[in-house]
Amino acid sequence: MDLSLSTRTEGDRTVVTVGGEIDVYTAPKLREQLIDLVSSGNYHLVVDMENVDFLDSTGLGVLVGGLKRVRAHEGSLRLVCTQERILKIFRITGLTKVFPIHATVDEALAATD
Amino acid sequence: MPVVDVTFSALPAHVRTARLVALAVARRAGVNDDLLDEVRLAVGEACSRAVGVNGDHSPGSAVRMTLSDEQARFTVEVVDVGPLEAGAAEPDLDALSPEQLSAPDAGGNDVVPDLPPGFGLAVISGLVEEFSVSSDGDGTHVRMSWPVTGGVGGTET
Repeated sequence: MDLSLSTRTEGDRTVVTVGGEIDVYTAPKLREQLIDLVSSGNYHLVVDMENVDFLDSTGLGVLVGGLKRVRAHEGSLRLVCTQERILKIFRITGLTKVFPIHATVDEALAATD
Repeated sequence: MPVVDVTFSALPAHVRTARLVALAVARRAGVNDDLLDEVRLAVGEACSRAVGVNGDHSPGSAVRMTLSDEQARFTVEVVDVGPLEAGAAEPDLDALSPEQLSAPDAGGNDVVPDLPPGFGLAVISGLVEEFSVSSDGDGTHVRMSWPVTGGVGGTET
């Protein structure tokens, strides 16, 4: 399975729906997508990972890179994920402290800091 | 005695294949279903790292993954041809600062990695109980193993 990516706008936020496997081979595609969004002025991102079935540290690095970029513009990057096997890597690395993680896209869209 | 030995060109596209092979062999060896996601992630981390190391030091050299099943353990060894990252032999997740890692950065230079070297090994160390890294003249060996409970001749838990 490859990586699938789609984006849509919801108010002032952009939802990026990711599916498949985010690893050393596919992560550059996601990185490119996040960089494109930030360069074109989308600073509030919601990354929906409910259909991701594999995420490794390369993918984590891309999400961290995205977070750094939106933060440089006072933006936000929220994740949507309820799958234990994906959440585990965030927990081990302590990155649950830096990413707001939501159970649904609606919850992420409604969230404010 | 190795049961499956996989040698692959140091290309990111092959890491998925290595994960799938390791997962299939682990399942066959009798590794508990609850541990298979861990095997998949740890093998992915070790192989991604090895692909990166060979890519930096000797792009023509293959990565070798050996899967064996003995003494009620399923063991995976991933071997690259490069040196170990400084400080990576004893990865310490607590030393990583999430806040610092994600500090605002406009990211002008895409060559700079978003996570420090050794991060993948740190993930493995946080994931897998039986894990070791050693380096010799040939390269770096990342070894990890899991208990076998369901296979023929496996021990009961």
